[in-house]
Amino acid sequence: MSDFTVVYVPRDAAAISVGADEVADRIKNEAEARGLSVKIIRNGSRGALWLEPLVEVESSLGRIGYGPVSPEDVPSLFDSKFHAGGDHALSRGVVEELPWFAKQSRLTFARVGIVDPLSMSDYEAHGGLSALRKALNMTPEAIIDEVTSSGLRGRGGAGFPSGIKWRTVLHTTADQKYICCNADEGDSGTFADRMLMEGDPFTLIEGMAIAGLSTGATRGLIYIRSEYPHAIEMMREAILLATEFKVLGSNILGSGRAFELEVRVGAGSYVCGEETAMLESLEGKRGVVRPKPPLPAIEGLFGRPTVINNVMTLGSVPWIIQNGAAAYQNFGVGRSRGTQVFQLAGNVARGGIVELALGISLDELINDFGKGTRTGRPVKTAQVGGPLGSYLPTSAFKVSMDYESLLEIGGMLGHGGVVIFDDTVNMAKQARFAMEFCAEESCGKCTPCRIGSIRGVETIDKIMIGENRLVNRELLLDLCEVMTDGSLCAMGGLTPLPVKSALSNFPADFGFEPSVGGSHDAIA
Amino acid sequence: MPTTWPAPLADDIRSSIAHFSNAEGSVLLALQLVQDRFGYVPDIALDEVAQTCNVSRAEVYGVFTYYSDLRPIPPARNVLKICIAEACQASGSTALTDAIKSELGLDIQEKTRTDNAEVLPVYCLGNCALGPAALVNDQLIGRTTVSKIRTAMNGEA
Repeated sequence: MSDFTVVYVPRDAAAISVGADEVADRIKNEAEARGLSVKIIRNGSRGALWLEPLVEVESSLGRIGYGPVSPEDVPSLFDSKFHAGGDHALSRGVVEELPWFAKQSRLTFARVGIVDPLSMSDYEAHGGLSALRKALNMTPEAIIDEVTSSGLRGRGGAGFPSGIKWRTVLHTTADQKYICCNADEGDSGTFADRMLMEGDPFTLIEGMAIAGLSTGATRGLIYIRSEYPHAIEMMREAILLATEFKVLGSNILGSGRAFELEVRVGAGSYVCGEETAMLESLEGKRGVVRPKPPLPAIEGLFGRPTVINNVMTLGSVPWIIQNGAAAYQNFGVGRSRGTQVFQLAGNVARGGIVELALGISLDELINDFGKGTRTGRPVKTAQVGGPLGSYLPTSAFKVSMDYESLLEIGGMLGHGGVVIFDDTVNMAKQARFAMEFCAEESCGKCTPCRIGSIRGVETIDKIMIGENRLVNRELLLDLCEVMTDGSLCAMGGLTPLPVKSALSNFPADFGFEPSVGGSHDAIA
Repeated sequence: MPTTWPAPLADDIRSSIAHFSNAEGSVLLALQLVQDRFGYVPDIALDEVAQTCNVSRAEVYGVFTYYSDLRPIPPARNVLKICIAEACQASGSTALTDAIKSELGLDIQEKTRTDNAEVLPVYCLGNCALGPAALVNDQLIGRTTVSKIRTAMNGEA
């Protein structure tokens, strides 16, 4: 035993939002007052957000957790000798033995909540940089082969095979190539990107550096939304440290190879999470969607070949390079390989991060991990895949959470967010909100999205007050078809998903007989 | 977020953004910098950014009006951003918004600000498992209640 106690208090924004800073201060003061030697490490969050602030103490058995801790609980924690692993009403035992964690497969999130996010030595002690060292001794083709055969697909929502994108950039000649990390995580119900950036920023940096080595890109940009001030600060600090340790810069780990990285901050536009709108924004312009082709991999940022990947995608690369494509392939089902970092959100008893092989059922996520609603009322629906995802009824919860199975029932995996609602929700209002959100956030390029969404709000209003219900229902479905077929990007193209799924699965909320809803595009 | 901001004088704006001159794609960066420094983007800044970045004022105006973060008027003493996206709706953000507005003497539709406070809707703060979420000035709050917002607000000047 060392002569001081190591105590972990997360500095993740979610933990801070429920008092982690105050708890850390109180522990420091209380330890001083009692003449105890305590070292506080501000780690990322383990992702069991219902336990935050989760205080952990290092012991010979492992890390013992206490949570949720309020500042007022701190004196009693010391009274029961929590710093020596003592028992307390808030004790959760050894954190990694809690079923919530023991049942997960943490690959991308392996270090989140465990390491000090800004300690390079801690990072290396937990396997960090071994993938980058390996990649420096591989040819670009070999790195891309590894990523391709791992089956890794874009975790931002589109699910495009990452290796194919990288290969296109590698084989396109240009004076400058870019790696752009999309950290514009605007989907309600998703926070995995934020938590990785705040809890283990070096993993993202390592993944981006490997992407650079494999494609010949020497510059990287991380586009982080302005709503994430903690992540912005953490990434900036981590980039400075990584440059100091020569993980970034003109001579990566003494190899003579270069990769430089900078953070760019968004300005409150949801559609800038769409990759071409993000490029426009990075170029300092209005975040208006570009038509494709040209593909960003050929003509991307400032017209140069550009890899655009989500935080989760790039953050999975170090694990894949370190452990090999076959090991990653072992997780998942069908063409959906590897793990997905699912996020349980909304009205849920136990919300947070659940990283598991693709293919778990929605029911297991919501009921085994989430333990139903926080209000204790019955679950009515879950919206899977962000604001542009379907509202699924409980009868569809047996669905396997992978790209293909969700598509089959008219849904989508998106960024892996699951937002849970209890039986007090009115689905006509949710459908209206989806149209309203589209009207608010549309970049304005495509008429069906820009104007269709406003007509959508009006039409749903008419249905809700009972004006020509059946006629307006047909109009709404027709409008949805135009938006789906006539929009360049997912904003206008997928807004019909929540609208139509609400309408077909919950017709009574719109004032229809169940048979009316069930006859049209029913989901599951 | 500071509670007082320097007056946005043309010379001051010009020297703040001078390093963007001739840099590629810097219009948004320059506008963000102006707002970070002065609390908002005054009209005269549009001319300064246009000159420094060597683009037309119309182009700068287009960028300025596109992004909801960029504001044409100074912020109130307290800026309250309350998440109204789906996950927070499921956790009661609509009722919270109504309650805080009535507490601050603001109307739901019409009057959204006083000198003391303004309430803005925001779509997602990434705190979706601990909703409803709110950002009071720079402080993120989870499981938000009216009293938690009150505690986080700056006092009267």
